[in-house]
Amino acid sequence: MAVVRLRDASMRYGARALFEHLDLDIEPGEFLAVLGPNGAGKTTLLRILLGLTRLSSGVVEIDGRVPKRGSHDVGYVPQQRAFDRDLPIRGRDLVRFGLDGHRRGLPFSSASTRARVDAAIRSVGAESYAGASIGMLSGGEQQRLRIAQALIGDPQVLLCDEPLLSLDLSHQQAVSELIDARRRESNTAVVFVTHEINPILPFVDRVLYLVGGRWAVGTPEEVLTSAGLSELYGTEVDVLTVRGRIIVVGSDDTALTEPGGHHHHHHDAGHHDAGHHDAGPEAGSH
Amino acid sequence: MIATVLYLSQPFAQHALIAGALVAVTCGLIGPFVVTRGMAFAVHGTSELAFTGAAAGLLVDNNPIGGALVGALIVACVIAALGARERERDSAIGVILAFGLGIGVLLLGYYHGFATAATNILFGNIFGVSNDQLLTLFTIGVVVVAVMAFVFRPLLFASVDADVATARGVPVGRLGLVFLLVLALTVTAAAQVVGTLLVLSLAITPAAAAQRWSPNPLTVTGLSIGFALVAADGGILASLAGTTIKPSVFVTSISFGIYLVSRLLGPRVSRRGRRPADDRSDAGTPDTDMVGSA
Repeated sequence: MAVVRLRDASMRYGARALFEHLDLDIEPGEFLAVLGPNGAGKTTLLRILLGLTRLSSGVVEIDGRVPKRGSHDVGYVPQQRAFDRDLPIRGRDLVRFGLDGHRRGLPFSSASTRARVDAAIRSVGAESYAGASIGMLSGGEQQRLRIAQALIGDPQVLLCDEPLLSLDLSHQQAVSELIDARRRESNTAVVFVTHEINPILPFVDRVLYLVGGRWAVGTPEEVLTSAGLSELYGTEVDVLTVRGRIIVVGSDDTALTEPGGHHHHHHDAGHHDAGHHDAGPEAGSH
Repeated sequence: MIATVLYLSQPFAQHALIAGALVAVTCGLIGPFVVTRGMAFAVHGTSELAFTGAAAGLLVDNNPIGGALVGALIVACVIAALGARERERDSAIGVILAFGLGIGVLLLGYYHGFATAATNILFGNIFGVSNDQLLTLFTIGVVVVAVMAFVFRPLLFASVDADVATARGVPVGRLGLVFLLVLALTVTAAAQVVGTLLVLSLAITPAAAAQRWSPNPLTVTGLSIGFALVAADGGILASLAGTTIKPSVFVTSISFGIYLVSRLLGPRVSRRGRRPADDRSDAGTPDTDMVGSA
């Protein structure tokens, strides 16, 4: 039973389509990476799953229900963004917001609240700095606390929006491992938006690749191929594997970062599964 | 000292101390949110335009508090309508502030009552608080405390992390408007004690000082209220001790003194709450190759 279900889902802004006729089931415990250039609709997809934006057409369900803002079915880890140094907030206050930050009143805590916050902090290994001012913590420490915040409500889906951005490599790895461990222990599905697959490649089950109105879904091996990405981008793209890391090289580098320049509306190309891209790559227009 | 004790039996002094305490509690309560939301300039703008409102109130109805209240509420709504982007908001506030002050000066030009009325609005008139004004301050205080107690947690969430708060179902925009209205009420009340020009000394300084002592939001709020109380009533008492210096001077000086002491002696917040066994062990083997990947 899929925890996230998208059927014939389309998202358009005026004449521009972010994706069309998207069919996708995400299973409990599955790790899905959402890839694609800037502006391809990765963050919009997260907003749809958070219940902040509605599909132009089609169906989206989380655990059989339409996504609703503030639901405990989803946890949300945003991009790392520096907090002011003087902010009168401790790490544990940030974690606790995930539990009852939306509720009215003063933040006095009961013993059971404290116990849950402590458990969430322990689960991300943040005991030693959870009492410190959030603005004084490193980016990696802040992201661990954000993960604890997202998980404290025990969500069925964890939505991550570029959570590794601006972290150094060792913290990228640590944070990815943390998310991976959680989904294995608790069977939480993970939707991980990123422009950089390599730090999470060992954990990813499937990839959703969005480019200029088209999309492809499959395992990394299926989607991240020269033929598949060339077809998606509509220009020649080479996918190289160097010592276990995937490197995408465009014949025209701008093609990889500016999909807006390429939105011909290939209705058919919009919904193909990367499982069978025997069709040869489209000739690049450049 | 003797003078102070003598004065304490006088209604004007009692009124002043009560008014000072009421204002200190409301200012101390909203201060941490003002600092967290980066709204110091909004406070200043609101209070300056409360001056314009007060001048208008004086002219129309001989009622500066009523006028200040209306002026501050209008400004709060305008600031809310201008939107959330801090930089845009600040320049817009600057524009409105300058124009509003000009109107205030114009209005005062038409006022032919007591000459001190103008300076009272600008620098406070704590020893002239009537029973009616005290009742107004008390009502404002009750409303501010009740509203803040109601919205405290979601407002803190929205102030610290608007994106996640929105995703978690917090009505971020509506809370922002509520806070602006609370701010307008508080500023109007504070202007009676320290004057519209010096409101920041009760609405910002105690909160900024409190932040030096703890990262716990409840502790910071408590300290902020305490510091504001010491500054407001301490300043009034000092002024009663037989000087002709206006209490505003003592209030702002004590407030500033507390801030300086907090900066110098307050524990380094960075060290607090972080246990010595610092967890940096999550540093794994650094990756090396990140070129142009997917």
